[in-house]
Amino acid sequence: MNATSEKFLVVEDVSKYFGGLAALKKLDLEINSGEILGLIGPNGSGKTTFFNVLTGIFKPTGGSIHFNGRDVTGLPPQSIYRAGIARTFQRSRMCLPLSIFDNIMIGNHIRLNHGIWYNLFRRKSFARDFVAQHREASELLEIFNPELAEHIFEAAGDFPMIDRRRMEICRALISRPRLLLLDEPSAGMTHDEMHQLMNDILKVRAGNPDLTIIIIEHEMNVIESITDHCVVLNFGEKICEGTYQEIASDRHVQEAYLGGSDIEDEPPGEPRDDEKEGEQWQTV
Amino acid sequence: MKSNNEAPHSLLLGLSSAVALLAYTAIFMVAETEAAIVAIIVFGCIAIFLLKRFGKLAQINLAFRTHQRIMHYAVMSGVLILAAIFYDSHYTLFLIATVILYLVACLGMNIQLGYAGVINFSVASFFGIGGYTAAVLTMQTGLPHLLIILAGGLVAAAVGSLLLLPVLRTSGHYAALVTIAFALLFKTFLEVNDSLGGPQGLQVAGMHLFGFEFNNNIVIGDVDISFYLPYVILSLILAIAAFTITKRLERSWIGLNMDAIRLDETAAACFGLSIPRWKIKAFTFGNFIIGIAGAVYGMMVGYIAPSNFTFGDSLILMSIVLLGGLGNPWGLVVATSIVIILPEKLQVIQEYRFLLYAIVVTLMLLYRPEGLVPRQLRCYIPGWRA
Repeated sequence: MNATSEKFLVVEDVSKYFGGLAALKKLDLEINSGEILGLIGPNGSGKTTFFNVLTGIFKPTGGSIHFNGRDVTGLPPQSIYRAGIARTFQRSRMCLPLSIFDNIMIGNHIRLNHGIWYNLFRRKSFARDFVAQHREASELLEIFNPELAEHIFEAAGDFPMIDRRRMEICRALISRPRLLLLDEPSAGMTHDEMHQLMNDILKVRAGNPDLTIIIIEHEMNVIESITDHCVVLNFGEKICEGTYQEIASDRHVQEAYLGGSDIEDEPPGEPRDDEKEGEQWQTV
Repeated sequence: MKSNNEAPHSLLLGLSSAVALLAYTAIFMVAETEAAIVAIIVFGCIAIFLLKRFGKLAQINLAFRTHQRIMHYAVMSGVLILAAIFYDSHYTLFLIATVILYLVACLGMNIQLGYAGVINFSVASFFGIGGYTAAVLTMQTGLPHLLIILAGGLVAAAVGSLLLLPVLRTSGHYAALVTIAFALLFKTFLEVNDSLGGPQGLQVAGMHLFGFEFNNNIVIGDVDISFYLPYVILSLILAIAAFTITKRLERSWIGLNMDAIRLDETAAACFGLSIPRWKIKAFTFGNFIIGIAGAVYGMMVGYIAPSNFTFGDSLILMSIVLLGGLGNPWGLVVATSIVIILPEKLQVIQEYRFLLYAIVVTLMLLYRPEGLVPRQLRCYIPGWRA
């Protein structure tokens, strides 16, 4: 066994180019099982692209990804999910016309029976499974907001953003993944809501300490309070790695965020828009 | 709790609405003059407006939800009573059977478009494939006719699989164009193909089940019953089966998967759903149901030609699905009845029906995109409470 198989997730030299545009440049990253890693960086620094490469939405241009001792580089999203990686999206991708329960069950795909005969004609056994799934989904929702569990059969679109984020996290958690990817869970929330959500996430993790989390976040309070370890990206490159205290005092990080006034030879490039990444979904 | 108290009341209302609808349809069918028909339609519109105004429509809706089984039986018996009233009228029974068979085809289309979001502008072609399969098999072979109906569905599903590759590789408008092209090709193919009768079409033998000839009038004593009555009953059985399967599909993990890929393919893929797999299942299963309806239709009309299965006919079926409400089988029942019966009874609009449907569909999409009877949230186990 070489060194790479001991770590839970090992990302080596991963690059992603869109034409001539480097969204990720030779990214290296390692996480141990049970860690919470914060992924930070200015807009357009490649954070979401990294999630999309990791979950198979984009194929990496180069490099390799090993998850739990297995090479998962370039696998389709379906296989990544089966391997035990679940995610949330930057702009929450919930099916708003469907009920909360429906949305959570979409995340539970791997644990449901999809046989035609079973679904159409073995309705008694289906009903038993349904009741069990309903109980499980309600219990999960209760951790976040008991009210959601009560209204589980109402349309997801009828709830405010914070509740949709909670549902989305439940959708990712219901299949009991080994690695959870949270893409800016606090986007569009008030300060109080954000704190609530972070407490909920910590509660979930207290329930299963094995769960590894990578979180993309702009709110430094969040990063400070929940992460064990941080990676800072800028223009697709890792510029710093360490605990929150270490990165907060790092000169490169301050430059990336505040603009380097004292360094002349690195002109600030055009900030790339994270929105653009969303338009380029590979057909899956 | 509130709905529980209202439930018995709503059942009464639901049942009386079924009776009223039966009476209304019967009177509509009997009406001969254009003035009378227009008057009846206007009366119907006012009645529905008033019901909605006083919140009764919502209660009727509730009756269908809370007393599903009873309401289903009520509607089934309604159709049978209607058929019994017009037992000797070829024309009316033919119309009823046509509506029911189109409904079956629309249920198939609903699985494709309403659930999985697979657009299909060649529904009439698959309906025609069922009909042509029935024509060839009834005239050339001695296969039992029940098997021939099944074969109609299987052949439609098999031919549909030819379209799978282009449909899966394209999306949105392009997928629509592929199916439009297929509809046009299908008609041309039939017209130039002499072994399938060319433009003149083919004769189809009447249904023959368990030693019983469908295409002979039934004479019991002095009463002469139209030979279309058995077709009404057979189509009703098919419709009940298609309806039940559609409903069960919706109330299962399969229906959920189809909804998920329709609403967000990327998110669905990130949770392990294979997009092609569910599109293929929906498309093939839908075509199977459409083909079965086409086979029975062919046997009923006795003669089919390419001009019965044009792109225009597909558009009519599409307008039914859009009018009724995507994903709602009950909406299809309402919409099929309106779209098929109205131009038949009101001959003035027969010529302008495409124009009329175009206007209606455009208005619907603009002002009520969820259709006449919008789809409700999924309820996996009817009557189940946490």
